[in-house]
Amino acid sequence: MELRTVQTRYAPVRYLVGGGGPDLVFLHGAGGITADDPLLAELAEHHRVYAPLIPGYGNSEEAPEIRDMLDFTLHTWDVLTALGLKDPVLVGHSMGGMIAAEMAAVQPNDVSRLALICPAGLWDDEHPIADLFATLPFEMPALLFHDVEAGAAMLTAGRNVSDPNFLQTYLVNNARQLGMAGRILFPIPERGLSVRMHRIRARTIIVWGDSDRLIPPVYAHGFKKGILGAELVSIPEAGHMVTMEQPKAVAAAISRLG
Amino acid sequence: MKFTWFNLMPWPYLPDDFREKNRSVWVDIDQKLFDPAKSHEVYNTYMDLLEYADTLGFDGVGVNEHHQNGYGIMPSPNIIAAGLARRTKDAAIVVLGNSIALYNPPVRVAEEFAMLDCISGGRLVAGFPVGTSMDTNYCYGQIPSLTREKYQEAHDLIIKAWTTREPFAFNGRYNKLRHVNIWPRPIQQPRPPVHIPGGGSVETYDFCIDNTYSYSYLSFSGYLRAQALMSGYWKRVEERGVDKSPYRAGFAQTILVADTDEEAERLYSEHVSYFYNRCLHVYPGFADAPGYRTIKTIQTGALSQYAPPVGGYTELTWKDLVEGGHVIAGSPETVRQRMEDLIKGLNVGNIFCLMHVGNMPADKCMYSTKLFAEKVMPKLRNMFPDWEDDNRFWTQPLKDRVTAGRLPKEAPTSVDLAKTYAVEA
Repeated sequence: MELRTVQTRYAPVRYLVGGGGPDLVFLHGAGGITADDPLLAELAEHHRVYAPLIPGYGNSEEAPEIRDMLDFTLHTWDVLTALGLKDPVLVGHSMGGMIAAEMAAVQPNDVSRLALICPAGLWDDEHPIADLFATLPFEMPALLFHDVEAGAAMLTAGRNVSDPNFLQTYLVNNARQLGMAGRILFPIPERGLSVRMHRIRARTIIVWGDSDRLIPPVYAHGFKKGILGAELVSIPEAGHMVTMEQPKAVAAAISRLG
Repeated sequence: MKFTWFNLMPWPYLPDDFREKNRSVWVDIDQKLFDPAKSHEVYNTYMDLLEYADTLGFDGVGVNEHHQNGYGIMPSPNIIAAGLARRTKDAAIVVLGNSIALYNPPVRVAEEFAMLDCISGGRLVAGFPVGTSMDTNYCYGQIPSLTREKYQEAHDLIIKAWTTREPFAFNGRYNKLRHVNIWPRPIQQPRPPVHIPGGGSVETYDFCIDNTYSYSYLSFSGYLRAQALMSGYWKRVEERGVDKSPYRAGFAQTILVADTDEEAERLYSEHVSYFYNRCLHVYPGFADAPGYRTIKTIQTGALSQYAPPVGGYTELTWKDLVEGGHVIAGSPETVRQRMEDLIKGLNVGNIFCLMHVGNMPADKCMYSTKLFAEKVMPKLRNMFPDWEDDNRFWTQPLKDRVTAGRLPKEAPTSVDLAKTYAVEA
């Protein structure tokens, strides 16, 4: 995957691009995404994959003007327009799934294929979603992965925790990335999608890891009920980071959209 | 010098094994540890102590706002301040402050502060904190990276509501108000003095300098550790080319006075330990929501004072706390010397004296407070003779003020009223 930049109204947007085939847009979750993401590699086997970074993620410029759900939704539409994309397969993971669902709800005629991978966006008092913003780094793997040990290794890969500057760099990245994510996820990751998602007309696949402990699989039913004709694909031995733990299975589920 | 007697209002009944059995004193503290029946006495004792400070000649009595917090049972400081406005005579009512981003609409703060100023006869010092991340984000649900923008708008609205003499429309991002027209408005003109609690961000320095507000550093780690931060502030004041009046700054300091240094340790060490080792036990996941602090501030190394210390936590002893300057404690002479070092070293004219600490009982608190008022405070009065007349950062009360309880003991009779209101023939 290659990192490029496209200009939008509020900021130059960084995006990863690679592969060949029909266009596919992948919207990342609150943790961000890197060029070596295993799911992007799988998807790039059969698609031209575009994965734009939300402003503030990675080394991309911030966009303070993007404040609420509508801003995120329209901004991401602007990115697709700037990239010259028309009705790509629209895929989103977690926070990215929330944005993708909103995009498909506000412009239902412009999205015909939608894949939501353990998306945020709904809330059920009986099954509260863990507070990502009060979770310490060492607690993350248990929340995010089926295989906690392997997950911890994936999260810390390439990080030098003994570097004295590590903490400051970590805090700055967190402030930039989760600070931005917090605008649609804090303190409750729900911004009214439940009253809008009935507008979605896309053929929709919902993908969920069976051991998702951040957004429990029970939420899949809410999306299935709310989006006409949506199909659910449950993936065993995978947590919330099903994209990293079972990328082949996720790609196979998405390929059902054609 | 302005000395404000301050009480955080800690819950004094946290169990000995609180730290081991609970993850946080704040946000998700165990409901069962609060006993409403016991709180009746706790609240009234704390308010009595604040009133007592007024009788000893402290310049101010101070209250602040925290939520879901075992060391600060004062979610609404204005309620306590209203009691104090009635029951104190001369002290400024220092509300430090109202977290203005939390009020919807913030006009409420403009109104309540105006009421306090009117009831107290112009004795209000108005504090506008952004609020800690625990309070503002985790308890009150404000989006961290938008908190400062919302705070700024709330500030602009409150000041405009105080200083505009006709109804106006306010079209903000967070507040849409067609008819802003607060009634009552404050006695003090053009507005009550404003103090801004801050934690080292250069944006806050400039905000204070631009508006002639006093910058207050409310730390629990004492004056020795505050040096770097306050130097940063004074450097900025100098860069901006304004005067270096010590009243541009305030500092909170735990102070405990006894006859001798040994007596201070004997009387107060368990209460100090209760505060520093039990009350400040905050779950690190609540210390600093991502986006709450600006990137610039993180890069200057100003981390949350609630973040765990580098190298992990160890139990702090009396010796650690006194030598480290977290606490200024000892005989009147010891305390005087160290207070002088603090005042000169930080160049601060406003001292928020944390004279009640942890689970300290009222008798010890009165003893320490009285010694400070009689044997220390008078010797520190004249630290900044050049700035004696600087009244930009303190209250300007009415000369003639009424106090509570002025009604006659008995209701008048019909005859009395006939005399009082006799119609002249």
